[in-house]
Amino acid sequence: MAAEPQFAALPVSITVNGVKHDALVEPRTLLVYFLREQLNLTGTHVGCDTSQCGACTVHLNGRAVKSCTVLAVQANGAEVKTIEGLADGDNFHPVQEGFREKHGLQCGYCTPGMIMTAVHLLETNPNPNDDEIKHALEGNLCRCTGYVNIVESIKWAAEKMKGGAKQ
Amino acid sequence: MFPANFAYVAARSIEEALQLMAQHGEDGKLLAGGHSLIPAMKLRLQSPQTLIDLGTVPGLRGVSVDGNSLVIGALTVHADVASSDLVRKHVPALAEAAAVIGDVQVRNRGTIGGSVAHADPAADFPVVLTALNASLVAQSASGKRAIGVDDFFTDFYTTALNTSEILTEIRVPIPIAGTGTAYVKLPHPASGYVVVSAAAVITRRASGSCTASRIAIGGLGSGPARAIATELELQGKPLTTQTIAAAAAKAAEETDPVEDSYAGAEYKRHVATVYARKAIETAVERAAK
Repeated sequence: MAAEPQFAALPVSITVNGVKHDALVEPRTLLVYFLREQLNLTGTHVGCDTSQCGACTVHLNGRAVKSCTVLAVQANGAEVKTIEGLADGDNFHPVQEGFREKHGLQCGYCTPGMIMTAVHLLETNPNPNDDEIKHALEGNLCRCTGYVNIVESIKWAAEKMKGGAKQ
Repeated sequence: MFPANFAYVAARSIEEALQLMAQHGEDGKLLAGGHSLIPAMKLRLQSPQTLIDLGTVPGLRGVSVDGNSLVIGALTVHADVASSDLVRKHVPALAEAAAVIGDVQVRNRGTIGGSVAHADPAADFPVVLTALNASLVAQSASGKRAIGVDDFFTDFYTTALNTSEILTEIRVPIPIAGTGTAYVKLPHPASGYVVVSAAAVITRRASGSCTASRIAIGGLGSGPARAIATELELQGKPLTTQTIAAAAAKAAEETDPVEDSYAGAEYKRHVATVYARKAIETAVERAAK
């Protein structure tokens, strides 16, 4: 059998969590594998690897996307934010705190994706009702919790973010 | 999962993308948002040798008004179609369709042009654009041509675009006063794809009778299907619950639904009549406002 043709790796410049990375990537490298294997940012998970489960959700230029369905070369010049970029030093993002306070996880596998989707939701709709939260989570699957505590976690975070420094 | 190896070129203009298409021929494939193509490549259902990325071409995104048409750039993502004030004001059905595609993350990345050119028989945009009588603008080295939506979707995953053309914009006629539009969908509960969907565009005279209508049904065949019998049945009639129900009952008459593992042909035919009725009723309500 003939060997598969090889294609040269391409230079990309991708800013991840505020840090610019100049790297070489094969055209077929998916963004999630660039993050996990080239940058060692393993907080972003690969779940289904078929654009269904949302475990790989990151923000690409401020929007939640499934990084298993984006080529790293497509992110050339873009800003990416992952779960590692949410906390401010030792201070968790309110959504991360919410998942801890309301026990919005069991095994934790889906949690990074859930949190990234929830952060995107609260950035676009700071005061979502239960239906809006559930609708926003359509692309994130959790096989443990039944989602009840996940919704509670996001509501907690919304309250905290509204309260500013009070809490 | 990884796609098979391929070369990647970020096109900087439509002209460059057209040149690259000519250069690579059948080994090349256009990439828009990649939300149909990349999954297909990961499953090795498609293994193009070269991807020509349109995501790096400026000027293909956004919604604007040009005369009596709404113009939507081919690279506009579903989320931006759904939230566009112009779309919501002039053709709420199109915003409704965009808002029920996939999930939030998919809508943030998938593009209207990619969806239309991919022509998945279970996609939302082809159905609503058929009811809206949209035109699809294709650019080639020899210029632009507008393809009417009724001539565009030719078979499963097949369109009237030829291999030397790029879909650059979708033009939707802005409906005249007294017109309402609506899109309703029965999604598959796991995938979110269309099992059956219906779109209606209804123009209503002040007296309450129907002066014009276009109804399209999705999920029944290789692509969107006009429900001509329903349209004829509504023509000139008062838009009452009874006449709408009678017209909607004919929504699946011209179709020969494809039975699949989710739904049988008879079931799909029945759902088509129910969803046609819902779409018409909502369009009529909106027309009255």
